[in-house]
Amino acid sequence: MCLAVPGRVESVEGSDPLERRGSVDFGGVRREVQLAFVPEAERGDWVLVHVGFAIARIDEDEAERMLDELERMETGGDAR
Amino acid sequence: MKFLDEYRDEALARRLADRIARATTRPWTLMEVCGGQTHAIVRFGIDRLLPPEIELVHGPGCPVCVTPIEIIDRALELAAQPRTALCTFGDMARVPGSGSDLLGCRAEGGDVRIVYSPLDAVEMAAAEPEREFVFLAVGFETTAPANAMAVLQARRRGLRNFSLLVAHVLVPPAMEAILSAPDHRVQGFLAAGHVCTVTGWADYHAIARTHRVPIVVTGFEPVDVLQGVAMCVEQLEAGRYTVENQYRRSARPEGNRAARATVDEVFEVADRRWRGIGVLPRSGLRIRPELGDFDAERRFGPVHCDEEAESPCIAGRILRGRAKPDACPAFGTTCTPEHPLGAPMVSSEGACSAYLRYRGTAGPSDATESARP
Repeated sequence: MCLAVPGRVESVEGSDPLERRGSVDFGGVRREVQLAFVPEAERGDWVLVHVGFAIARIDEDEAERMLDELERMETGGDAR
Repeated sequence: MKFLDEYRDEALARRLADRIARATTRPWTLMEVCGGQTHAIVRFGIDRLLPPEIELVHGPGCPVCVTPIEIIDRALELAAQPRTALCTFGDMARVPGSGSDLLGCRAEGGDVRIVYSPLDAVEMAAAEPEREFVFLAVGFETTAPANAMAVLQARRRGLRNFSLLVAHVLVPPAMEAILSAPDHRVQGFLAAGHVCTVTGWADYHAIARTHRVPIVVTGFEPVDVLQGVAMCVEQLEAGRYTVENQYRRSARPEGNRAARATVDEVFEVADRRWRGIGVLPRSGLRIRPELGDFDAERRFGPVHCDEEAESPCIAGRILRGRAKPDACPAFGTTCTPEHPLGAPMVSSEGACSAYLRYRGTAGPSDATESARP
C-alpha cells in the first residue's frame, strides 16, 4: 500500500494550495496527480506519486550523486 | 524508466552484494519494515545474493495485514446497507472478515467500490448526494496525507455524505514493540523509505539509541535494498547504531512538511489494536473530534476491537519477524490466495503472498507487476 511510483510533471494547474494538481507522465501513461504536498514541484520535475498524490519531488542531483558514489565503489574496491 | 531501471542494474546489485560480503564477519539479523521491501526482496531474490551470515526477517509493514477483523466486518456491514457505498483500495478487497470479504459482499449485492485514490471517493460522494460514502482509510504514514486531504476537500465542498472508517497505523510504535519483546532477534532495521519520505525520522533516533540498533531509511528497488543492507551491516560491524538515509533522492530528515501539516489538521494519535499483534499505545491515528462529521465511527457507531480468537493463521508471528511464511503448515495448502486464512496471503505487501507468488508451489514467478502510480 506504500507503493509510490516516479513520474515527470508535464503541467501544473490550480493556484489554490489545497487543490494544486497537474498532469504527470509515467513512462508514457499520463494521469492527473495532486501536487498539494509538493508546492516546489514545477513542470519538468520528477515526483514520487502515491494513491494519486505526489509525496516528494525527487532530487535528481542527489540521485546522481548516489549512483556516482556506487560507481566509484566498483573501482575503489573498498566499501568506504 | 528513469528512477526505476538504474536501481535494477544487475551488475551494480552484484557489486553491492560483494561489498556486503566483504564487510560481514559474523551473523546479523536485519528486519525490513515495509511489505513493499519484502516483495522486492523475494521477487528479485535479494536475500539469495547475501552472504549466509545475513538474514533478512520480514516486518510489520503491511497495513492491510494488521487491520483488525472488526474493522473489516464493519466495512462489510456498511457495504450491505441500502444507500451506503463502501469505497476501498483494491488491496483490502480480498482480506477475509469474520464471514465474507468485500469482493464476496459485492457479489451478493453490496455496494463496494474499488478506488485508486481517496479523492475518487470524494468525487463519487459529490456526484451521488443521496448515498452515504464511507472510505476505508487503511494505511501507514505514507497514505495518511492523501486520506486527510480527502476529508479537507470534502469539508470544503460541503459534503455531508462522506466519511472515513479509519484504521491508520504508525511505524515507530511497531518497531518499538518488536524491539521490546525480550527474545527478539532484530539487530538492525531497514526503515520504510516512503513512510520516512512523509514523516522524516526525528522519532527514529531514540529507537536507535535506546535499543542500540542501526536504522537505515531504505528504498524499494534492488540496488536500494542492497545498499541499505550494506549501510546497516557496516554500522553493525563497526559497533555503531545511528539513523542513516539510503533513500536520499526522496526522503529528507524533516519529511514532507506540507503532508505532515495536513495529517495533523485532520488526525490525532490514538491507541490502536494491530491484528496478530495486539493493542499498541499511541500506534495509530483517528479523526480529530472537531471533524467528527467525517468519522464513520461517529456516524455509524464505534467499532470495538476485541481479543482475537484462536486461528490457524500465524500472521502475528510473521508480522513480528518471528516466523517466515514457508514455516507455516497452512502455507500453500489450506491457505492460498483463493482461500486465504489471513491477510498476509492476499495483500500486495503481505509476506505470504510474496513467498507464494515468487517462490511458491504455483510455478515460476511472474515478474510482471502492475506498478500503479
